[in-house]
This record gives sequence, C-alpha cells and structure tokens, in this order.
Amino acid sequence: MSVLVNKNTRLVVHGITGNEGLFHTQQMAAYGTNIVAGVTPGKGGEWVLDGKIPVFDSAKVAVETTGANTSIIFVPARFAADSIFEAADANVELIVCITEGIPVQDMMRVRNYLDQKRIRLVGPNCPGLLTPDEAKVGIIPGDIAIPGNIGMVSRSGTLTYEVLYALMQHGMGVTTCVGIGGDPVNGTNFIDCLNMFEADPYTEKVILIGEIGGSDEEKAAEFISDHLTKPVVAFIAGQTAPPGKRMGHAGAIVEGGSGLATDKIKALEAVGVKVAKHPEEIPSLLG
Amino acid sequence: MKLHEYQSKQIFARYGIPIPKGRVAASALEARTIAEELGSRVVIKSQVLVGGRGKAGGIRLAKTPHEAEEVAAQILGMEIKGLPVRKVLVDEAANIKTEIYLGITNDRSNRKPVIMASAAGGVEIEQVAKDTPEKIIKIYIDPLLGLRDYQARDIAMAIDLPREHWRAFGALAAALWRAYTECDATLAEINPLVITGDNRLLALDGKMLIDDNALFRHGDLADMRDLDAEAASEIEARKYGLSYIKLDGEIGCMVNGAGLAMTTMDIIKLFGGSPANFLDIGGGAGAEKVAAALRIILSDPNVKTVLFNVFGGITRCDEVARGILTAMDEVKPKVPMVIRLVGTNAAEGRQMLANASMITAETLADAAQKAVAASTAKR
Repeated sequence: MSVLVNKNTRLVVHGITGNEGLFHTQQMAAYGTNIVAGVTPGKGGEWVLDGKIPVFDSAKVAVETTGANTSIIFVPARFAADSIFEAADANVELIVCITEGIPVQDMMRVRNYLDQKRIRLVGPNCPGLLTPDEAKVGIIPGDIAIPGNIGMVSRSGTLTYEVLYALMQHGMGVTTCVGIGGDPVNGTNFIDCLNMFEADPYTEKVILIGEIGGSDEEKAAEFISDHLTKPVVAFIAGQTAPPGKRMGHAGAIVEGGSGLATDKIKALEAVGVKVAKHPEEIPSLLG
Repeated sequence: MKLHEYQSKQIFARYGIPIPKGRVAASALEARTIAEELGSRVVIKSQVLVGGRGKAGGIRLAKTPHEAEEVAAQILGMEIKGLPVRKVLVDEAANIKTEIYLGITNDRSNRKPVIMASAAGGVEIEQVAKDTPEKIIKIYIDPLLGLRDYQARDIAMAIDLPREHWRAFGALAAALWRAYTECDATLAEINPLVITGDNRLLALDGKMLIDDNALFRHGDLADMRDLDAEAASEIEARKYGLSYIKLDGEIGCMVNGAGLAMTTMDIIKLFGGSPANFLDIGGGAGAEKVAAALRIILSDPNVKTVLFNVFGGITRCDEVARGILTAMDEVKPKVPMVIRLVGTNAAEGRQMLANASMITAETLADAAQKAVAASTAKR
C-alpha cells in the first residue's frame, strides 16, 4: 500500500521532450510507472519512447484523451508556474513539480489558486515520489529503495536517497517516499504527509527529514503530539549552517534567529520523536 | 539579493512613492555639489548592505555644503561591519513630525504576502517585534487579488494615522505593493515613513530584497548587485552555477544536493572537525563544473583536507570522477582527499580514481571520520 502514487497512477509528463523530461520519462517507464502522455506545446502529434507515449500540445487535450490523473512537471523555472496552472485547469488530481528555482511570488499565486481548486501539489524543487515496485513519479533512483512498512517524508533530494539506501542496507523499505521539496512556499507539507501515513494501514513507522528554515518541523512536532499513533524518527540538516545564508535550497535559511536546526530538534524530541545524529543512524533508531 | 537604500528609494519613486530630494555620491566633492544644489541641510548616509549604519556613525547631518564635503569624506573612508563605504546618499534633511513603519514581505508559513505597519517607526522592526509585538499590525494579502484599498485603510486606522492622511497613505501602500510584486521583492520596506512638519508623507529610508530566483526576468535589478558583501570565491562559484558558501573550518566539502551538503558539514562537526564551506554541485554536474568546484575549495588557504561526498542519482559518479581528475591535473592539490561515491556509475567512478591516491570511504560516517583524521594528522 501507499500514499499519493501507486499502480493506479496515470501520469502525464510536462516538458517530456526536454533533456531532463525525456531522461526521467525513460527512467520512470523502466521502473514500471504507467506514463500515458506527455505535453510539449508545439510538439503535439509526436511520440516518445519508441512510439509508446503520445505527446500533446496542451495538458487539457492530454488529460481528456488519455485519462491521466497525475501530472509531473520538468519544464524550466520561468515556465513552470504556468505549467502548474495548466495542469490544475486540466483537472488532474495530483501535480508533482520537480523544477528548481521558481520565483517565490509565482509559487504564492500557484498555491493559493490550487487551494481554491483543492488540487494537491508536491514540490516544487523536489525529487518527487516513490512507491517501491508500484510507481516512481520523480527522479529518486529506483534501485536504492525496497517496499516496506515505513512512510518517509523529506525536504531534501540526495539526503533522501542517502536514507533510503541506508534503510535498504538494513533490509528495511518504504510504503511511499515523498520529497516535498526545499522551497519556502510549496504544495504539500510535513503535516499533510504525516496525516496520510497515519491513515495508511500499511505504514507502521514514519521518517521525517527536515532542515533549517521556516517552522514546518515545529508544526509537525505539534501535529505528531496531537494526532500520530505511529512512531516517528527524524533527522534535521543544517546544524552548522551560518545564519542569514541560503544553503542551496531557497527555503533553507536561518532568518532573524528563527528556523534553527536546534529549535526543530528540541521541538521534535519534546514530543517523543527520536532524532538521529546523522542519517546512517536512522535504521537503528527505527529498531 | 539586497539592494542599497538609494536603489530601493529610486525604485519606490518610480512607483510614485514620495522620497526626499537627493542623489548618491562617490566622492566628497560630489557630495558637496549635491548639497549646494539642494540648498538646505542635508543628511549624509553611508550605502552599505548591513544594518546599524546610524549607530556606527554612518549617517550624519550637515548644515552647509562645506560641512557636507567634510562629513562625506569621513564616511567614505569608513568600514562598517567589515564593508567599505564606497557611496553616500546625500538627501535633503526632513522635518519629522511622526515616524511610521510600513513593509511588505512573504510570509512563508501562510504562503501569502503580508503587509506590516507600526506607529513605532524609525527603529529596527525586529526589535519592535520582539519587545512589543502588539504594536505591529499585520494584514495578509491574497496574491491572486492583490492589496485591496480597504486593507490599506484598515492599516491606517490600526496605526492611528490621522484621517487627513488616509488617502495619501492608501496610494502609497498601493504603490509599495506594485513595487513589491513587479520587482519580485521578498521585502519592500519603508522605515521610517514620516509625516513631515508640513504634513506630507515621505519615505525617508527604504530597503528591498529581491528574489534571486526571479532575476531572470529583472535584468535591470540583477545589474544592481553589490559584490562587496560577498566573498570572491562565492562570486566565482555563481558563475559556474555552483552553490558555495565559505565558512571558517578546515575541511573542504564537495557534495551533490543541498540537504546532503548541509548534512556532510554537520557530520564533520559531529566527529570533531570543522567544515570550510558549503558546496552543492547540483544535480547532473559534469566534469567541468566539478573541476571549477575543486579549484574554488582549494583557493581557501585554511583547507587542510577535501571531502567528496557524491550520491549519484542524476549526477553520474564517473562524470564526477572525471572532473576530479581534470582538476587535480590542473591544481595539483597538496592536501589529502577523502572520497565517497555511491549510486549511479559509482563502480566506474571508483575505478577511474583508483590511481589518484585518494582516501576512499564506504559510508558517510566513515568518510567524515577519515576526513577529520586526515585534517588533524601532522604533515
């Protein structure tokens, strides 16, 4: 079992003919994800992956023709917000945006629009989702994770891979891994995922990977205390990050003394979450 | 990206916000000329991208053009918090009756812009927020609708602004909103916004922060970047699309991915070392980028060891290895190097580096411990 993506996912890839879009379409298809369409304005009528996936000029036609229910977006940052709006107006249920570097005011408009339409966005600036052996909607390498009973949610990319890999080395696997992304304004947050993992009967434990910036980890701690019956293990990156500097991710910044790793760790530990000192310690804490 | 006061105020003026008469000067003589043109008392304000300019003596009054020249000469020779003062703003001195704070910023937890105002203007708003948060009025703005007129009026009422100023204040708030959205600002702030002796609203000081991710559509703003506030190595890194931040430690780090790069710094600290930098080579980094990254790391004389931590996903480990070999050929590093390659094409990468006399590591903890040991070993 899983959350958000699984065997029923019917995926449309926005930016399917671009370098990254095409490469990851191949990877996702090889993993067994059901990719039903691609969108690139001006290339409608073409086919990719040896004629297996049709390309459409617009998301609306792609969704109407193929019954796609999930969008993944690989288009460059300057066009990405428009693609999210387009996917939303084509009425898919879930939009996953991999693109990094979208202006934050674009994201505020996107997020407020999607909230009105009640459409879920994961990302942007994220590695996407992986439900092992069912669907890979994103760029998480498929061979570093196995199915299991752990739900995982993370603000990071490669750090997530690191933890998945460490789990696999210990024979542990995940129901679904959700990369929610490193931007200050995103679609899905920790609480959304904790809620879904709590409701998913196959998820027995949860891993939360946070980092400096904002207060989502603190809010997650509060939510865990009030609503979660399943044990949570966490790791927070950025204890050595200097204040006022953006650590790669647009959202990873300590501002005016808030967003510190130590505060997040304290908040999580206060509600009984085991916080790992480094990522490779996580499997033993799940014990 | 931070803008200077004079740049921010010029932008504000373009949107119709009243600012004092004045100009920026790079020399004392120029400051004198401006003071002569203004024909009044002037304020000489250092233009550096740090707070606390006033306390540091970087903002002073001058009664005559002669005094303006003297004061400007003194301020232009100053360093404030390590930054050289290269420009001063020479503004007509205002007759201040009331000081107000007005700003618009992104509220990340509410995912909306927020307009903030306070009758306690002229002091650092962070301080007001800490000591007397009830004095700050906040109204959230729907980014799809923009600032509504009634919201600006609500703000005016909440800070007890006299009715005669409501109309002007509404126009000013609307102009600030336009400046904030059209420039992709993450902060547009007037502090203080004053009511003058002759009952006009005037933006005495201004500050704007621009979203780096939006600079692609603001070439004019991108050109305003002041490089003084950044380390030379950070400027160099940006050219190659690398995310690099210089720190004070001894172990240089090269990592793919921001979260993993922070984690690598943290684990070095955990095992008793200290990181020399944050460096994310990004997804899919090729050999050329890796070579540039290594050059930048080694340009820091404090670096005693370099730790490479690459978890191949989109980034291919053999490409990274090729970059490391290229860079080593060119820079001939004299410090020990620890490398950990995992993921896509890791075996090929390790093979390529087999003869490069590097210390190899399997796990992240192992890599960090080896790097710390190498940096403390006597050579």
